[in-house]
Amino acid sequence: MGSITLTNIQKSYGAVHVLHDINLAINEGEFIVFVGPSGCGKSTLLRVIAGLEKVTGGELSINGERVNDVSAADRGLAMVFQSYALYPHMTVRQNLAFGLENAGMPKAEITQRIGEAARMLEIEQYMDRRPGQLSGGQRQRVAIGRAIVRRPTAFLLDEPLSNLDAELRVSTRAEIAALHARLRSTMIYVTHDQVEAMTLANRIVVMRAGRIEQVGTPLDLYNQPANRFVAGFIGAPHMNFIEGALESSNGTHMLRTAQGDVLHLPQSVAPGAPITVGLRPQHISLSNDQSGFAAQVQLVEALGSETVIHASAFGTKLLAIVPGQRRISTGDTIYLSYANAPLHLFDQSGLRIATVQTEDGHSPTFV
Amino acid sequence: MSSPSHTPPRTGQLKPKTDWSSVVLAPVHFIMGLADRPLRLLQKRAGIGGMAAFFLAPNMLIFGVFVLLPIIINLIYSMTGGSALFLSERSFVGTDQYAKLFDCKSYLDPMSCQEDAFWTAVGNTFWFVVLQVTLLILFSLITALILNRELMARSFWRAVFFFPVLLSPVVVGLIWKWILQRQGLLNFALYPMGFEPYTWLSDRTFAFAAAVGVSIWAHMGFYTLILLAGLQAIPKDLYEAAEMDGTKPARIFWRITLPLLMPNLLVVVVLALIRAVQVFDEVFVLTGGGPGTSTLFLTQYIYETGFVSQPRNAGLAAAASILMGLVLVVLTLVQLGIGRKNENKGKR
Amino acid sequence: MSAAIRFLTRRKGGKGWHWTDIVTWVWLIGGLFIMFGPAVWLAFSSFKTPQGLAEFPPSILPYVTQQVKVEGYEKPLMLYNAKMPDGSTRVLAEVRRIGIVSQMVDPKAPGEVIKVNIGDRQPVREVFFATENYTQPFMQFDFFRYLWNSVFVTVTATLITLIVNSMAAFALSKYEFKGRNLAMLTILATLMVPLSVILVPLYSIISTVGLFNSLWGVILPTVATPTGVFILRQYMLTIPDELIDAARMDKASEWQIYWRIIVPLTAPALAVLAIFSVVWRWNDFLWPLIVLSRRELYTLQVGLSIYAGELNVQWHYILAMTVVTMIPVVVVFIFLQRFITTGIAGSGLK
Repeated sequence: MGSITLTNIQKSYGAVHVLHDINLAINEGEFIVFVGPSGCGKSTLLRVIAGLEKVTGGELSINGERVNDVSAADRGLAMVFQSYALYPHMTVRQNLAFGLENAGMPKAEITQRIGEAARMLEIEQYMDRRPGQLSGGQRQRVAIGRAIVRRPTAFLLDEPLSNLDAELRVSTRAEIAALHARLRSTMIYVTHDQVEAMTLANRIVVMRAGRIEQVGTPLDLYNQPANRFVAGFIGAPHMNFIEGALESSNGTHMLRTAQGDVLHLPQSVAPGAPITVGLRPQHISLSNDQSGFAAQVQLVEALGSETVIHASAFGTKLLAIVPGQRRISTGDTIYLSYANAPLHLFDQSGLRIATVQTEDGHSPTFV
Repeated sequence: MSSPSHTPPRTGQLKPKTDWSSVVLAPVHFIMGLADRPLRLLQKRAGIGGMAAFFLAPNMLIFGVFVLLPIIINLIYSMTGGSALFLSERSFVGTDQYAKLFDCKSYLDPMSCQEDAFWTAVGNTFWFVVLQVTLLILFSLITALILNRELMARSFWRAVFFFPVLLSPVVVGLIWKWILQRQGLLNFALYPMGFEPYTWLSDRTFAFAAAVGVSIWAHMGFYTLILLAGLQAIPKDLYEAAEMDGTKPARIFWRITLPLLMPNLLVVVVLALIRAVQVFDEVFVLTGGGPGTSTLFLTQYIYETGFVSQPRNAGLAAAASILMGLVLVVLTLVQLGIGRKNENKGKR
Repeated sequence: MSAAIRFLTRRKGGKGWHWTDIVTWVWLIGGLFIMFGPAVWLAFSSFKTPQGLAEFPPSILPYVTQQVKVEGYEKPLMLYNAKMPDGSTRVLAEVRRIGIVSQMVDPKAPGEVIKVNIGDRQPVREVFFATENYTQPFMQFDFFRYLWNSVFVTVTATLITLIVNSMAAFALSKYEFKGRNLAMLTILATLMVPLSVILVPLYSIISTVGLFNSLWGVILPTVATPTGVFILRQYMLTIPDELIDAARMDKASEWQIYWRIIVPLTAPALAVLAIFSVVWRWNDFLWPLIVLSRRELYTLQVGLSIYAGELNVQWHYILAMTVVTMIPVVVVFIFLQRFITTGIAGSGLK
């Protein structure tokens, strides 16, 4: 049990519309991640599902039952908050017991459930401390524990890792993934960090300005982003975008930028249309001969295993990641190539028209 | 108030302590727990918004009956006459009560007025406010500046000056009445200097001075505390920077301390004004308004007109209290204005 | 100790005594005497007998003339140091005084009457605490009753204030509803409406609802303090809303959220309000004076002022009862000074 269906969900505060027409079906046992920039409505959507906010329109159902008018307490969901929201005046044990006591559960069962959760999360030795006496990571576990003991229909997690330091974030991420594998319950996870989204999710929901931009598995989003926004949001560092107009002559197709630079394309859409070409930094390679396109190096970040090159070409800034260590320095002119790389073509409104694979030798020429 | 922290500091101690507070509070928790079941039902019916009304109701009910309603009734009272207590038995007289209060041949001479006691009280209150607030702020500021120096046992000294603030006005009045009486400490202190024992409080001028002095004594600590908090909020590095520049101490005071303290100082002045206008308790116990009418102040006038004089004249008392209320409203608006200005400054 | 000496002798800039150092210490020491002196003087005076109080110049400590039982005299006699004509002094007991001549006897040899000029005799005195100043008013007068009334008013009013104010502050800080700003504004607007402005109508309301000459008539008008609502609300605004969301997810009812989450977390502010409420209600004077006209209902403050205002003032009892009235406030002050001072400095309330 644990399927959640959102049909035409709307939420507005007075004249301000925060959520527009959200449709989403979450399957039982699925790990769903809502991702998007801050202010995109992902947290509001989570709070709507939780019952902490009332919907203005549409229908929300859990396990096939309409729950629009059911209070947060009676929806059978549990939530882990960004700030953990542990009750500071209660011990860890009291924090875990509070919800169960409110539900009128017998004492013996409460003790048993708390013991189980404490063992699972390895927080047994802190049970009589107050949240203020715990470290960030320990508090985080208690917050998760408080959700687990409730045995909810679904877990709602609101940016649970954002208050942890980088190292702890990575390890806790893995633990949450392991927890999901073990409990097999539905989890809805909100984050603004696309790496978290990619690593944890069965399916990712990308949101922007109160709308769902795309729903899909992490690799779907990476390989076939529905639009320019998703393409830019998923993947790190961000995808490079080169804007220009499509031209065809003699059976070859190319993109001509405002500066007059030309990028050869293997496939044509309607000629004359202004489009954007997206190219991931990882798909750009250094060209040893001068067959690629020339680029001016602005900054080099040597990470050891790879080298990040900030360069300018096609009248824009371009990011390239090449494996290994290279002798390149700021100010150099280098030649880059996008042979054997997927190119994403977006139309003027930002929708993806096609993703095409370049071939060897399809390098741009300069006119 | 101290900056609120909701989490106790990390102590890292492991052994569980016996939580005595939970033992003591157990019966209270039990009673409050009993209230939960009916209130859950109420919440089911009224919703979460309805519960907000439930939480607000008791306070607003008491507040409405005992604060708001009287404010409204006061206006009606001030337009009625007679000596009956209940509104229904009182006759409407329009603005007669106000006319009576303002019926004067010359406003500079209280004796020429029909209600000479009112104008005496107004005059006394005016001079009291001017003198008391000026001296009060001066003494408080000096004390705060001194307490803000690097001082050993600062909290002890602060306590010394603060101590009378908590004393009841009756106690304050009695303490000083005892000191100023014929066999009192003041005469004792002056005796070696060749002064004959004197009944100070029967002297019109001295009784007034005593009223001013005693109320300063009683309230100074409060204002000192607020000013001290303001002084301590001035960043230390400003002083260090000024010292590095070789600024003279007097100049530091006038150019750094005083301007930065100004918001607090203004608040304190208005607060002191508001309180001074209402002076009553300690002076009433100390002098009873006498000798004669030399320490008769507005609140005492209202009290005596409405409750002591025979026949009681509630209408006149209400009219006088509304006039006093107007002064207080103006002062309060000034204070709110200052508060807002300070807030805006903080935002910038 | 050496640190103290070093501190006391340290001067501004280390260049000898700056005039500000002198002003500081003169001000502080002077303040010590002026602020503490009167109360200490009152406390000492309260242990004096009526004779001791009438003395001029007065002594600081309570003294009484020593008395002695002398054989052959029914009442105890006063002891004096009498200067004899030969220049020696003897301790004698006074039998009676006629004009400027005192007839005295030696307590050890009471047979012989010695006549001494009253200018030549000094009373033999000892420190004596007249504790009956304290016990008598409680037994003979109604002071025990007054004390009980004051305690009842203070405790009841404070409890109601804490509950009613915290509930209102909770509603005003953690709920969104229509009229919230209006309610807050009304409360703020009346923050400065003093009792003295609404005395007359308030009295008529109290009479109408039948609370005249009732301690509840003293209590009820004071409990919905705007100051209390205001400081509690300010404090509750700092409690994260996520805690309330978490509690709602944990199936807590709104009442439980108030009682189990908000109240414990607001404890520091509630403590400050409780302290202030106790001091306010204990010290209240004008309103009880108006509402209570029956002696057995007087609070300490009213009782004291009525007794002190009587023609034949019995100062020895008044002083003792003043000290009794002062005690709770002094105790509060000694133990909770830190709370009070930070409370005032932070919110400017009194």
